[in-house]
Amino acid sequence: MNEFSTAFIEALELLLNLDSDLLEIVALSLRVSLSALAISIIVAFPLGGFLGVFRFPGRGIIIIIFNALLGLPPVVVGLSVYLILSRSGPLGPLDLLFTPTAMIIAQFILVTPIVTALAIQTIEDLWVEYAEQLKSLGATKVDAILTLLWEGRYTLLTAVLAGFGRAVAEVGAVMIVGGNINHVTRTMTTAITLETSKGELALALGLGFILLFLSLSITALIHFSRNIMKQRLI
Amino acid sequence: MMKKPGNQNRSILPLTLQDVSYEKNHSLLLGKVNLILESGPRTIILGPNGAGKSLLMRICHGILEPTAGTVDWSIPNAIRYQSMVFQRPMLLQRNVAANIDYVLRLRSMQKKERRLRTIEAMEMTGITYLKNTQAYSLSAGEQQRLALARAWATKPEAMFLDEPTANLDPTATHEVENIILDIHKSGTKIIMSTHDMAQAQRIATEVIFLHKGNILERAPVKMFFQNPVSLEAKQFLQGKLLWG
Ligand SMILES: Nc1ncnc2c1ncn2[C@@H]1O[C@H](COP(=O)(O)OP(=O)(O)OP(=O)(O)O)[C@@H](O)[C@H]1O
Ligand SMILES: [Mg+2]
Repeated sequence: MNEFSTAFIEALELLLNLDSDLLEIVALSLRVSLSALAISIIVAFPLGGFLGVFRFPGRGIIIIIFNALLGLPPVVVGLSVYLILSRSGPLGPLDLLFTPTAMIIAQFILVTPIVTALAIQTIEDLWVEYAEQLKSLGATKVDAILTLLWEGRYTLLTAVLAGFGRAVAEVGAVMIVGGNINHVTRTMTTAITLETSKGELALALGLGFILLFLSLSITALIHFSRNIMKQRLI
Repeated sequence: MMKKPGNQNRSILPLTLQDVSYEKNHSLLLGKVNLILESGPRTIILGPNGAGKSLLMRICHGILEPTAGTVDWSIPNAIRYQSMVFQRPMLLQRNVAANIDYVLRLRSMQKKERRLRTIEAMEMTGITYLKNTQAYSLSAGEQQRLALARAWATKPEAMFLDEPTANLDPTATHEVENIILDIHKSGTKIIMSTHDMAQAQRIATEVIFLHKGNILERAPVKMFFQNPVSLEAKQFLQGKLLWG
């Protein structure tokens, strides 16, 4: 109990003094998760638009696969990326294991199915509503995809936030491919795991506060963007 | 021949439908329909709920493929020179002017030309004062006027209107009717469906009467309302007289 309150006060001190170790870890976490997210958006939005609007044999199976990938266990993704990037793996020569890039790759694999699945759903729903009107206006299907991505921007924002939430809070994959190396690949989640196991609760708690704050902010933002959408329903 | 508002040299009209039908789950929802639509008259399509009015217009316009038969406009790619106004306007989440600009962009028009056309279309439909208003915050009547502005901005040769005033109060209905007449004056062929018989008589030059997917009658408006030939049309008009 006493130990806990001491740790609590120390954690607050770290936060208020903007402790440089703590900031470094937070910055790396954000850099890794935001990069993974940005790349996943570049893949997921066009793919979601395409699968939402075009109908072709095999489309259903692709969508089922993306939905199944939503539940990918992070440690399994971490292990797979590890095997691919390790010395003897196919991408071993690139020497990426235990670098931030490796962590970005792992999180990209974790996040892309979420953003894609939600994007497909969003665009598909809008297409049902808008297909005839857009055809009538003279839009090609490619025009329609671009238009609907813009029309669905608030729903898509919630998809992006959900993806970010998964990436930043995930520990298994970054631990395996990043290795939790101090000043190199130590993220909020891996640092919390390590510090807690060492009994160094102050840093763990401080980072825990930040993580909690981030996830609450994301929830609030999702709620907020849903409200905007509701107001805007015609 | 009337002056063509589009930028192509030949008119897209007449439209010829040959043995057109539409079948879904083994039931014949439309057809067989044989029909020629000429430029000029304002054509009103009448018929009870489920008669196939919307189906017929969507097929003519080219946003729905018939399951049999042919739909031939006089030039290829004719959908570029037509437009359609739906009962529920599907507007985009942007302001009024941007909604009109959108369709002009799809025609690859230059920015200057788009600006002029947008202003013209807003004036035609009396929504200039709303130009910076977000489409989702417009009233039903204003939304429908924006839908008309967007449909007219491309200067189509033919415009389909599917019960464009079904959700509107009498004042808004009156405004929309006047806009439709103005659009016709500008040289656009009007093909419209309605359940409002007074409106049909105000707008129509000719009436097409549809019943269970078949065209039973086609006549000048006066003749249709005074002297319907088919029993079904007589009953339809009687019902309308009795029940509105
Ligand atoms: N996509 C569709 N799939 C199945 N059936 C359809 C479809 N569209 C229309 N129908 C059916 O086709 C018939 C004609 O429909 P349509 O909407 O053209 O009638 P309508 O004359 O426009 O009626 P209303 O006056 O109610 O608008 C109806 O029985 C309707 O249920
Ligand atoms: Mg209808």
